Amino acid sequence: MSATLEVRNATIRYGGVVALDDVSLVIPPGRVVGLIGPNGAGKTSLVNAITGVAPLASGSIALGTLALSGKATHAIARAGIARTYQNIRLFSALSVRTNVVAGAYARTTPLDDAAVRGYLAAAGIGEIALDATAASLNYGDRRRLEIARALAAEPRIVLLDEPAAGMNPVETIRLRETIRGIAARGPGVLLIEHDMSLVRAACDDVVVLNFGMTIASGTPAAVASDPAVIEAYLGTDDGARR
Amino acid sequence: MIVQQLANGVFLGAVYALFALGYTLVFGVLDILNLAHGAVFAVAAYLTWTLVAAGMPLPLAALVGILAGGVLGVILDRIAFAPLRKRNAGTLVPLISSIGFAIVVTGLMRGGYGIDERHFAESALPNAPLHLGPVTCTPLELTIFATAIVLMLALSWVMRATPLGRRIRAVAEDRTAAALLGIDLERTIAATFFLASALGGAAGILTALQYNSLTLEMGGRVELKGLAVIILGGMGSIPGAVIGGFALGIVETIAIAAGFSPWRDAIAFGVMFLVLVIRPTGIFGKRALRAA
Amino acid sequence: MNALLAFYGAHSKLIDQIGVNALLALSLAISLQAGQLALSQVALMGIAAYVSAILALQAHWALLPCMLAGVAAAVAVAALLALPVGRLRGIFLAIATIGFGEIVLVVANNLKITGGAEGLSGIPNDANTLWIYGTLAIVGCVWYLARRTRFALSVALAREDESAARGVGVDVATVRLWTLVLGGAIAGLAGALNAHSAYFITPGDYGFARMEQVLVFCVIGGVTSPIGAVLGAVVLSILPEAIRFMADYREVTNGVILLAVIIFAPQGISGFWKRAR
Repeated sequence: MSATLEVRNATIRYGGVVALDDVSLVIPPGRVVGLIGPNGAGKTSLVNAITGVAPLASGSIALGTLALSGKATHAIARAGIARTYQNIRLFSALSVRTNVVAGAYARTTPLDDAAVRGYLAAAGIGEIALDATAASLNYGDRRRLEIARALAAEPRIVLLDEPAAGMNPVETIRLRETIRGIAARGPGVLLIEHDMSLVRAACDDVVVLNFGMTIASGTPAAVASDPAVIEAYLGTDDGARR
Repeated sequence: MIVQQLANGVFLGAVYALFALGYTLVFGVLDILNLAHGAVFAVAAYLTWTLVAAGMPLPLAALVGILAGGVLGVILDRIAFAPLRKRNAGTLVPLISSIGFAIVVTGLMRGGYGIDERHFAESALPNAPLHLGPVTCTPLELTIFATAIVLMLALSWVMRATPLGRRIRAVAEDRTAAALLGIDLERTIAATFFLASALGGAAGILTALQYNSLTLEMGGRVELKGLAVIILGGMGSIPGAVIGGFALGIVETIAIAAGFSPWRDAIAFGVMFLVLVIRPTGIFGKRALRAA
Repeated sequence: MNALLAFYGAHSKLIDQIGVNALLALSLAISLQAGQLALSQVALMGIAAYVSAILALQAHWALLPCMLAGVAAAVAVAALLALPVGRLRGIFLAIATIGFGEIVLVVANNLKITGGAEGLSGIPNDANTLWIYGTLAIVGCVWYLARRTRFALSVALAREDESAARGVGVDVATVRLWTLVLGGAIAGLAGALNAHSAYFITPGDYGFARMEQVLVFCVIGGVTSPIGAVLGAVVLSILPEAIRFMADYREVTNGVILLAVIIFAPQGISGFWKRAR
């Protein structure tokens, strides 16, 4: 069931601009890998490459023995890669239940309400009303519903795209528990995040991008003291805010 | 012979172009497809016919018809589009509400005029043939052609050289930015509808004169043809609509001359279908309005 | 009972017409469910009507095989149409399908086998009320039974958010293709039944005006609800008959209702009910 996601020497060009330059990354099962970097560093490009939204100019992406590069987005999702979105993308007019059931679309077994509750609980909103529309939830609950939807896929890899954006400190601490809980269920997690304290607390490994290139990788502590990383963050307006 | 056909095609194309201009102007500014444009076309024609039948001179009646078309366009916007703009309803719902408006207007015309075809009195139309070198035409055809050209040039001048044109282009470019710059959106949009619908009304009047025939279906037929013209020229493009209109007029006339008359409508829609599938931005694309 | 029979005797044409319109509304509702405005349903209906009428007139086929052949033709053309237009969005899909409909009309107007502008007459009048409503009932049942299937879910997801749907594994392009094909199948049923209950058909029966009418049914009924589409068809088919006293002004009401529904009740009559409860 579990498998390692391997990105090898991925390069993406938009016209003449190199958005991602020879980036490699490994996400083993049960590990949380942080992906950080200033705005425009290539984080979104990497997510787009993994999910099949942007084609690779060179390099390869594989889940276990299965090559993902060149596959369509829906096929990559069916291979076991679930994701959340930086700007929440729920099926807003549909119920909480349908949103979670939608997450399991790629699996053949239908979900009953107990299973739906289970995924919601794992995302930290076990008590929520199943018949409420997704649009009626508050911001934090919408973010967590997206996580529940991703978990319902029983994925091998979960991509979390800035899940802490817009959350308050208390919510962020709970989110850390949620993320560790996801990895404990088996899948590898890629956490794209600006919030350095969350990255330090939740990640096993961290990869730092700048100008589309990997400038550092290692444990959170090692990366945080890397001079190249400090310069990248202090050298931009985006800055080391936290 | 071929010169005569080309001339006929240009006469036909001028009216297509005029109709398509209004269509494409609304799309360029608002990104919506106004399927009530054909109804405005027909109303202006019927109004002009009524006034001429009541004894008004044709040029004056046509002017009233054109202005009435513009006013009807403003009413159309207030009823069918403005409430949806406030709600951010996307592009498909306005398309449907414009169909609703067209059904109402056409229904009222059916009630008022009945379904019989109407004609101008022959004496009202200057129809004695003229021979200009290799081309034979009537003063009426020349007048229609000249009117269409003058109106196109007038629109082009309004868009390029007047404050209103600059406002319209700004709104077409970016509605939010235009509002931030202090442009009154609703007034600019109303003016756009006035211009577009006056042109559509003029096309209706000229078409009614060209064939000396008014029917309730005249708007529906030209509406779909006009769709083909603006797709061909690129939706939102003013030069595209003009060139597309002339191209369609010439191709259709040649098709008729070559004996394909019953199939000529398939040309417009076939080309439209292919353009959409192969190059949905048309030959000129939307940017042309913004640069015009 | 006698009163009922007398009513049916007086209005059987209208009753049959309502059933055909309800089928047409359902055929458009499928693509609306997927968030697409495909305005090719009436043209597909026309193709099925002509195919089944020609088979009945020239090969003397019975009603059922005629219907099946008509549906097969509509489905085949819908699939061929879906391949090029499947990737078009929003109004571009609407325009391309309008263009397709007009091309079908030109063809029907010019072929010998379709009888040109005069159309075909003398079609056996064998699709009675029972056939029409039986077909409507079967389509309704299949739709009802399918409402909890994975396919129905994929249609809803493709409508709500295309990218997020892909993100959970929905092959949006294929879903769209299937909704066009299924819509074509139902339009085909409507077309065959229409031909076999109308005695004669002409290209004009399948023009854009009728497509607009079907769109009005669906919008008034609430675009996301099949029951609403059927309701819209029923109400708007009866209305012009009920207000005969308005003579030539009758059609105005359909437009007024459409505008009112769009402007005041964005989800149509059925959406309005949901909120009222």
